[in-house]
Amino acid sequence: MKPLDVLIVGAGIVGSSVARECALLGWRVGVVTGGTLAGSSTVAGMGHVVVMDDSPAQLALTAYSQSVWRELVPQLPKVTEYEQCGTIWVAADHDEMAEVQARHEVYARGGLETRVLSASDLAAAEPNLRSGLAGGLLVPADGVIYQPAAAAYFLHQAQQHGAEIFPLRATAAAHGVLRLADGTSLAAPRIVLAVGAECELLPAMQIQRRKGHLVISDRYPGFLRHQLVELGYLKSAHKVAEDSVAFNIQPRQTGQLLIGSSRQYGNSDSEIETAIMQRMIDRALDYMPGLRNVSILRAWTGSRAATPDKLPLIGPAKGLADDDTLWLAAGFEGLGITNAPGAARLLVNAMVGRASAIDATPYLPARLNAGAAVAYA
Amino acid sequence: MPEMLSLRINGATVRVANGTSVSAAMLIAGQPTRISVTGEPRGPVCGMGICFECRAIVNGMPHQRTCQLLCEEGMTVETNR
Repeated sequence: MKPLDVLIVGAGIVGSSVARECALLGWRVGVVTGGTLAGSSTVAGMGHVVVMDDSPAQLALTAYSQSVWRELVPQLPKVTEYEQCGTIWVAADHDEMAEVQARHEVYARGGLETRVLSASDLAAAEPNLRSGLAGGLLVPADGVIYQPAAAAYFLHQAQQHGAEIFPLRATAAAHGVLRLADGTSLAAPRIVLAVGAECELLPAMQIQRRKGHLVISDRYPGFLRHQLVELGYLKSAHKVAEDSVAFNIQPRQTGQLLIGSSRQYGNSDSEIETAIMQRMIDRALDYMPGLRNVSILRAWTGSRAATPDKLPLIGPAKGLADDDTLWLAAGFEGLGITNAPGAARLLVNAMVGRASAIDATPYLPARLNAGAAVAYA
Repeated sequence: MPEMLSLRINGATVRVANGTSVSAAMLIAGQPTRISVTGEPRGPVCGMGICFECRAIVNGMPHQRTCQLLCEEGMTVETNR
């Protein structure tokens, strides 16, 4: 049998995207996955395909990746529920309105269309928001996807192009050999770690788990039209030392409402914590009082894979491991769904020595080793 | 002869005996309580508030378990979509 060209550890949205891109190259691909096929960080997330402007590198990657999603949309199966509903960043007061204007300009410089909404525009766009809000920023190209189905579709496409799935945990990865939990091993000239928040195979990745809670409601079609996120989200998402919550709500195609969000560092258990979930719900009720009459079906938690500088690790593991066979696609924090298809292309281009549509330097893993000064800032 | 009352179910007036549950009134009217996410009409199954199949919109409030509610004069009930 033809030897494997690449082994991919992890079959979440990132591993599946990488597997698909590699298989489309005509490579013989092996996917090693110890858990369920769509991995844990992937299934726990919101599926918000969102352009984020918290740093120029993040803006470049999210915008590029979103354009790849849009290119893929015509072929995505209906079960992936892709919906370009747009995001509205909600401004509560005049200070946040100033922020809206600033972000509008940042997006414009990146060639991205956004629209500044006045208080009355906002009320008309989302009648269930409370009165007295200052306005918002509409990002019409943002969308929502049912990401477990998208991951499964990418993996299925890879399989149709010959990829093989090995449903086993990888216990060690080095110099082209992947050891598996049953004592056997696999070999390939390239090993890609697409491991989400599970960085045991290469602790030098310095990934920390950042826990989040989500709740989903029964079906209320028409209650919500856009994904809404409070502008304070950026402030709270950047606080790394303390637990934070932010109003973040998403309309699903079924009419269900997906409500978040919370962030907790250094908390690796998956228990639902009622205190922080209550804070999260109270925040949502503050913005949308009508949620009081909405019935909630389920709550769950998940782990975001956070790197010290909030940018993902995409590229050779050089600098973190003395091993030319190891490649990384991990550490996507809350943007794994958004960034997966773009990251897969950057990685595959790097592996074959092809140029990418955007500069991949800011995401190179070696940056983490540029000095001991890297702090969780 | 039991005391009767009137309510509106999907726009039509229905007369039922006082003490009738809303889910029973919807059965009398031949109306589904809700439409499933795949478009199937649904009606009450357990009759005791456990299965959630009898959810309907009652007086404008969606997802009300109609087997746990008694009909009231002038009530409006709609299939939950």
